[in-house]
Amino acid sequence: MSSTAIEIQSKRGVWGGGNEPLKASYGKLMMWFFLLSDIFTFTAFLITYGAIRVSYPAYGGEVADFVSSNEYWPIPEMIFDAIPFVHGGHFPLVFVGLMTFILILSSVTMVLAVEAGHRNDKKDVVKWMLWTLLGGITFLSCQAWEWSHFIHGTDEGSMLTYVNSMGNVVSETVYGANLLVNEYGPAPFAQLFFFITGFHGFHVTIGVFLLFLAFYQAAVGVYEERGHYEMIEKIGLYWHFVDLVWVFVFTFFYLI
Amino acid sequence: MAQENKNGLEVIPRDSAKIKKIWMTALILLVVTAVEFLLAFTMERGMFLYIIFIVLTIVKAKYIMMEFMHLGDEVKPLFYSIIVPLIFLVWLIIALFREGADIFLMRW
Repeated sequence: MSSTAIEIQSKRGVWGGGNEPLKASYGKLMMWFFLLSDIFTFTAFLITYGAIRVSYPAYGGEVADFVSSNEYWPIPEMIFDAIPFVHGGHFPLVFVGLMTFILILSSVTMVLAVEAGHRNDKKDVVKWMLWTLLGGITFLSCQAWEWSHFIHGTDEGSMLTYVNSMGNVVSETVYGANLLVNEYGPAPFAQLFFFITGFHGFHVTIGVFLLFLAFYQAAVGVYEERGHYEMIEKIGLYWHFVDLVWVFVFTFFYLI
Repeated sequence: MAQENKNGLEVIPRDSAKIKKIWMTALILLVVTAVEFLLAFTMERGMFLYIIFIVLTIVKAKYIMMEFMHLGDEVKPLFYSIIVPLIFLVWLIIALFREGADIFLMRW
């Protein structure tokens, strides 16, 4: 039995705040409501992506003949087709599929850590938190490579006519992407890529900090002292949410 | 088997059925992702394929929220206070896609 947790027997009645209708602790409840607000933020981004996409013409030809242009919206599988260490290869969606696998697996190790926390098993919590942390860092590293490749672009680039930062219409070969112009498609394509995957990556970064904090505190015995591993559960909720968002980003940004 | 640590927190032994269920959910998620990946290259692009993708994504979201985040194990009022507000998104989808389609007509 726990010697540190103090059970407060409430003598107040139902209308005096004595009951607990949602049967969840304050921290867990607030985490859920924060996640609900975050669901709205992310879905607003993804729906914006859809709205901007339908405001541009779709590419009409065969997928195999696809050529990048800022006249129409690109086909993502023809854009995201690079993998590290193989220069100029065509491996559509392989790398991003790998990233999805990594994030799902780190979500699995997280739920195993939560499960170990329910059993007060410090050794298992520390072990699974370490795996989750590793998964998170691997995912972030993959995303850094993905961004770097997207920004630097391909060897060929694309011949585009666009309005440059001086306000002049120019025709030139564009390599890579920035917020003004990109070789893959209309300017909003790269803007949305940076914004949506960037905001998700920012969440993952915060998640990795939180995971490290939880890993450290579990390892030095803070939660043992406290008498429960609820912090693991709360950070777990956040980490699963990050995975949940990625599942949607994967579908709407890379598959469709 | 139950051991006690120095603070008297009792360590409960592993329940292999529970852990097996977690790994089964993981397998389902990975298989669904693999199926999506396959469909992206075997089926013709179009509304039908997009609907399949969206359905599969919602299936994955359901597994993550119910099994990993244990939303299904929470009491009903908490469950509905998270799920019901999502109905606002239906409005946002309709409104913004309408807007996007109109911008398309004005521009091209």
